[in-house]
Amino acid sequence: MALPLVYSVESLRARWRSSLVAVAGIAGSVAVFVAMLALARGFEQALVSTGSPDNAMIRRAGATSEMDSVIDMEELRVIEDAPEVARDARGPLVSAEIVVIVALPLRALRAEGAEANVQVRGIGARALDVHQGVRVAQGRMLTPGTAEIVVGRYARESYAGLEPGATVRLGGTPFQVVGVLDGGGSAFDSEIWADAAVLGPAYQRPRGYYQSAAARLASRETLDLLRQRLTSDPRMRHQVDRETDYYAKASEAMRGLILSLGALVAAVMGIGAVCGALNTLYSAVAERARELATIRALGFGSGAVLIAIVAESLLLSAVGGLVGVAAALPLDGLTTSTLNFQTFSHVSFAFRVTPDLLGLGVAFALAMGLVGGLPPALRAVRVPVAVALRDL
Amino acid sequence: MARVGATAPSEALICLRGVAKNYRRGSEDLHVLTDVNLDVDRGEFVALMGPSGSGKSTLLNLIGGLDVPSAGIIRVAGDPITSLSRSKLTTWRARHVGFVFQMYNLIPVLSAFRNVELPLLLLPLSKAERRERVATALRVVGLDDRMDHKPRELSGGQQQRVAIARAIVGDPTFLLCDEPTGDLDRHSADEILDMLHHLVGDFGKTVLMVTHDPRAAARAQVTFHLDKGELS
Ligand SMILES: Nc1ncnc2c1ncn2[C@@H]1O[C@H](COP(=O)(O)OP(=O)(O)OP(=O)(O)O)[C@@H](O)[C@H]1O
Ligand SMILES: [Mg+2]
Repeated sequence: MALPLVYSVESLRARWRSSLVAVAGIAGSVAVFVAMLALARGFEQALVSTGSPDNAMIRRAGATSEMDSVIDMEELRVIEDAPEVARDARGPLVSAEIVVIVALPLRALRAEGAEANVQVRGIGARALDVHQGVRVAQGRMLTPGTAEIVVGRYARESYAGLEPGATVRLGGTPFQVVGVLDGGGSAFDSEIWADAAVLGPAYQRPRGYYQSAAARLASRETLDLLRQRLTSDPRMRHQVDRETDYYAKASEAMRGLILSLGALVAAVMGIGAVCGALNTLYSAVAERARELATIRALGFGSGAVLIAIVAESLLLSAVGGLVGVAAALPLDGLTTSTLNFQTFSHVSFAFRVTPDLLGLGVAFALAMGLVGGLPPALRAVRVPVAVALRDL
Repeated sequence: MARVGATAPSEALICLRGVAKNYRRGSEDLHVLTDVNLDVDRGEFVALMGPSGSGKSTLLNLIGGLDVPSAGIIRVAGDPITSLSRSKLTTWRARHVGFVFQMYNLIPVLSAFRNVELPLLLLPLSKAERRERVATALRVVGLDDRMDHKPRELSGGQQQRVAIARAIVGDPTFLLCDEPTGDLDRHSADEILDMLHHLVGDFGKTVLMVTHDPRAAARAQVTFHLDKGELS
């Protein structure tokens, strides 16, 4: 038979000062834990939402990213002619693209002259039809064949001199900003788009060479067919991925880094919090030696006492967990940026505090409670009742 | 009538035969109880006296199933409790023993009501039945108007009365009181002794009480003396 929960609750209330300290410790580590997960989740979502499940990403076999891939005109033709690729009255929905990395002055650190890498994407004429998550939020789309650029909204915020009407030198060629893109929180929001046919020559890239092709699929299911066709075609040496898979993979390294750093920080804080809980409960158990012995004398088993003390610890940690999670909640939607290791350019993204992360945060707190509560509980019941009653 | 020294088996409610208790202290064996034979009948009020350190509490703990003897047999209502496992003994205590301690040993964070209710949680009773029984027990000790008070809001005498209510609420087979008046002024001590007397006389309870106070012992029907490990 278990002791009533009020006993555990009241015991915590009676020691509210040290309980509060333990709660604060647990809340702190849970907040950090959730923040790190939200960071990793946000980064992943930004990159994954960059891709569309309706798009195929085609690049040279063995290329780790768009940067070291190549597609020539003839190969592009093969892709555009594939029946698995969607088309409309204006032709196949394929955007052959190149990517260059450009250092631009950061708006926030302009005075210090700090620069950061921004990814400039040279696109095909059908880019907006292929990347359907992207729309023009301000100004207009660039005109193909001209030295015009459109900038992602995060890029516009992060870098100096990207307001519509401004001129930016890319590879020595002056480009004019004509619009701002809304990529819906994806990595496109951190990019600058130019016409591939204009951007390439500005960087001495041979005309007619691209790095990757984004193709809208006739239907989601035709990806395998397209892959089969392109990989068995003797003219092609390319791999075909669903765009979402490509970007998910691209987010892995960074996610791994955030998660392992986050795990480390959360673990260190967690150990501190567990020690706090241990300390609180060890002294609580020591102070209450007679009381606990009396309870056992009345006929409550060791199990009941054990559960009551662990319950105290779990109550502490549950409160700590909820407070910690609540503290992490306002981070949701907050944007930040980091270096994308695949491309060495900056990607802005938002913290994503999702319900499952809140659940994980509380679970983390309860795990800390269990680890912090069991040893004192075991100590309390290890002493024989008769001895515990004497030791007053 | 309660007696000591009998070696033949008896029908007494509490029956100890050849009970010994040794403690190890360092390399030495401490023989606290050597050969205790005791019979206590149902409805008796027995006092136990003896010098400090003579083993009175040790004996009470053995009878109450808080500890096990090094040798000998203890029977309560015919059941040899000395052959019960520790966990069986715990369950047995809940049914059969009501403890009253010198320092009251109430749970400080719980109200008088909840303190008294505690042993009932171990019995198969509904919430309404528990409430009823707690109210009755607190009425018996004259504290039914203090149900919601925490122990620190009560005087020593009142706390001890709550402790007595807690000891009787489960209607145990007998009560063990270890210096129940040892920490009380004379007036409160008399109240407690009156109460124990009342429980024995009017409710037929069986009470074993350890005391240093001859006045307290005088309220019991029989007084035994423990010295050098033996009872007389
Ligand atoms: N768990 C134990 N380990 C070692 N020695 C013990 C233990 N319990 C009791 N003793 C010893 O046994 C002896 C009897 O102790 P006990 O508490 O029964 O005495 P008492 O008659 O109740 O004394 P008092 O009147 O002071 O309460 C003492 O010498 C005590 O130190
Ligand atoms: Mg004693």
